[in-house]
Amino acid sequence: MLRKMGLGLAATVWLAGPGSGEPVSTFRLDNGMDIVVIEDHRAPVVVQMVWYRIGSADEPPGRSGIAHFLEHLMFKATDDMAAGAFSDAVSAQGGKDNAFTSFDYTAYHQRVAADRLDLLMRMEADRMRDLVLTEEDVTTERQVILEERNQRTDSSPGALLNEQVAAAQYLNHPYGVPVIGWRHEMAALSRQDALEFYRANYAPNNAVLVVAGDVDPAAVLALAEKYYGPVAPSDLIRPRIRPQEPPQLAERRLVMSDARVSEPYMMRSYLASERNPGDQRTAAALVLLAEVLGGSPTTAVLPRALQFDAQVAVFSQAFYNPTTVDPDTFNFAVLPQPGVSLTEAEAALDTVLARFLDTGIDPADFARIKTRIRADEVYGRDNVQSLAQDYGAALAVGLSVADVQAWPDLLQAVAADEVMAAARKVLNRNNAVTAWLTAPEGVLP
Amino acid sequence: MMGRFVFFLLALAGPLWALPLRAEIAIQTVTSPGGITAWLVESHDIPFTALEIRFRGGTSLDAPGKRGAVNLMTALIEEGAGDLDAQGFAAARDDLAASFRFSPGDDEVSVSARFLTENREPALALLRQALVVPRFDADAVERVRGQVLTGLRGDEKDASTLAARLMSARSFGDHPYGSSGDGTIASVTALTRDDIVAAHRGALARDQITVAAAGDITAAELGAVLDEVLGGLPATGAPQPGRAAYQALGGLVVQDFPGPQSVVRFSQKGMRFEDPDYFAAVLLNEILGGGRFGARLMTEVREKRGLTYGVGTGLASYDHAEVLVGQFESANDKVAEAIAVVRAEWATIAANGVSEAELSGAKTFLTGSYALRFDGNAAIATILVGMQSIGLTPDYPATRNARVEAVTMADIQRVAAELFTPDELFFVVVGQPEGVIATE
Repeated sequence: MLRKMGLGLAATVWLAGPGSGEPVSTFRLDNGMDIVVIEDHRAPVVVQMVWYRIGSADEPPGRSGIAHFLEHLMFKATDDMAAGAFSDAVSAQGGKDNAFTSFDYTAYHQRVAADRLDLLMRMEADRMRDLVLTEEDVTTERQVILEERNQRTDSSPGALLNEQVAAAQYLNHPYGVPVIGWRHEMAALSRQDALEFYRANYAPNNAVLVVAGDVDPAAVLALAEKYYGPVAPSDLIRPRIRPQEPPQLAERRLVMSDARVSEPYMMRSYLASERNPGDQRTAAALVLLAEVLGGSPTTAVLPRALQFDAQVAVFSQAFYNPTTVDPDTFNFAVLPQPGVSLTEAEAALDTVLARFLDTGIDPADFARIKTRIRADEVYGRDNVQSLAQDYGAALAVGLSVADVQAWPDLLQAVAADEVMAAARKVLNRNNAVTAWLTAPEGVLP
Repeated sequence: MMGRFVFFLLALAGPLWALPLRAEIAIQTVTSPGGITAWLVESHDIPFTALEIRFRGGTSLDAPGKRGAVNLMTALIEEGAGDLDAQGFAAARDDLAASFRFSPGDDEVSVSARFLTENREPALALLRQALVVPRFDADAVERVRGQVLTGLRGDEKDASTLAARLMSARSFGDHPYGSSGDGTIASVTALTRDDIVAAHRGALARDQITVAAAGDITAAELGAVLDEVLGGLPATGAPQPGRAAYQALGGLVVQDFPGPQSVVRFSQKGMRFEDPDYFAAVLLNEILGGGRFGARLMTEVREKRGLTYGVGTGLASYDHAEVLVGQFESANDKVAEAIAVVRAEWATIAANGVSEAELSGAKTFLTGSYALRFDGNAAIATILVGMQSIGLTPDYPATRNARVEAVTMADIQRVAAELFTPDELFFVVVGQPEGVIATE
């Protein structure tokens, strides 16, 4: 198969996630900051990640992109450090630092030699409450995020389609607004907007510290108490209660055309439930459903039916990200063969799904998928940074360490009939958005 | 998910400079009875092994008129082998929870395998089948050819790919480096099964092999399986191409493409790894265009002026050519200013070199990041096979940082004046740039 191809739509989801294989310690500071320490003594390296339980879905109306803009501005000055000094200090240790923003969280991370953790904590604690922004910083960096939007979104018809699909999927919930923001709102974001969002949301009682690598948990706790311990908690932190979706009463469809499209394709998203604390079984069933339908480009149900048994598609995928605060989407994408219309491709997808709901899961397929997920847990232990990522993301969306550690066993325990029950519930076109992306001359079905 | 910056130049620019290794990693050399040598780092903490195999040559071994044959062949390796068709092969691999990746490059075909200790023997037997007796069934050829053609049509609508292709063509002309190893729509459409069989025979041969492993396997165990997996391949493959003359000597070309931004790629001649000044060049590249904050281009183009989301340069060392290449994206109405800033920085570093603070900062970064790359079996195996591919010996890690430290300020200033050639910096701009003057 061709590895570098595909629609580029699937989020990378590490199926199994962390398990019992890695030693994990957890603490909570008096100011409410949660701490997870993952030990891996194979190399003298440490990763620090600080996750804030705040993302683009928590932005005030009309200020889309402010969570991500603030993430950029967090590399400017504090009362103790000049702009850029954070990254310079990490580089001077041979380390690397970066940050990312999603719908549900914002995270800052560094990777350095294990004996330099002290410095990282001092600097990360400093910028948790003491950011200093000038108008000039804000004006220049706003140009940078507009260029980022140009590069990631406005230059890519597929990314623009994803935005339109999400906007159609969510009538009321902020997952319908792009993480990077709508351009017209990004262009108006101010220093005041950034500082208000910062002061309201960046505090130890809204943060998770994950330290992974060649470290001793007691020593990590002592350092965390020294640097993060004195940071005062905020009394402004509120539970994340966001506007929820009303019942969907009608299928939603859209067609987008763009001169930069070389191959038309169709995608469909269905609203689907997510992992919840102590209640992850349905989400585990949906993860398995995505694997059964589209996990392997060769043997999964969709590619086998659309690419092998019949020559309908060049690529077909199913994907689902279970680790979110509010209901997310379960998705399909089909890129038809030349000469096959989007109407035919969509009909073929629906035929395959209807047959699947009728006949159920091949037991050999199901066993093979579980074998692979179990092995992923072993392979996953090779990369301590992805372990840190998994714990951080889960805790940032409100799951507990116990939920994280129960997840691999849950994936093994879910039975085929539970997967089918989840499939029957989710795969309802009245809960879905169907989108076609075409070149201008290819709009006709 | 939005990151603060992404820097993807390295993925486009071929293998970069040699990766360092921390001294305490114990590299063993293993030679099989059949004469295949592998490097190994044993680590029995996690019950799996990462195995990396490289076949030197890659898509540059395409026969005349058969551009894209090695690429298509590589994509077909796991689409059926021995008595298994594509479905059967994928099921057998997944039943063993093994993972195999076969990827074509300008200089090599790469094979990355991961397998659990409990399934080592059957997983390696399956890998052997894929490498030695792939089937290239007619239906698989047509299915994967369709995927390749889909990708090639997509490339024609992707500004970044267009910029890379145009730069390759202008840099290397008729040498294989001058065109995409994926081939063209016409060349891939015309490939026959015989062409694919010939590409397999030419590109996967024993005289092209480099092997490294890391993880839960001993030297004796590894030595015993090398012949089993690779011994059935032909002794000699297709001849390697000759040296590629670098031809993009100054100028600027524009290719029209719709969108809010222009993609800018810029290039000049680079430096061979074997050159005694190589580490001075590495330090200079880090100071000018290292993909991190504090590097000159990132500071001037992004941090001070907000003209781009990210900019960087890399010293790309291919087997048969060296280039110093950079890339950024900028809004169409700002790209002229961004290009002017890059040109000015190029002239400044050539004329004035760098400061003591910049040199010591770059040395600290390069030597300090020394230990940070080796965090896992997969990373270690990949680095070891890369070191072998460029002819290093297992003691290289112990000497590498000393070579960085040994670069003096006098070396740096001399190499800056020699390496950077502002008049020969060549630009490719794909987009609808305003106020950018093309030279042709």
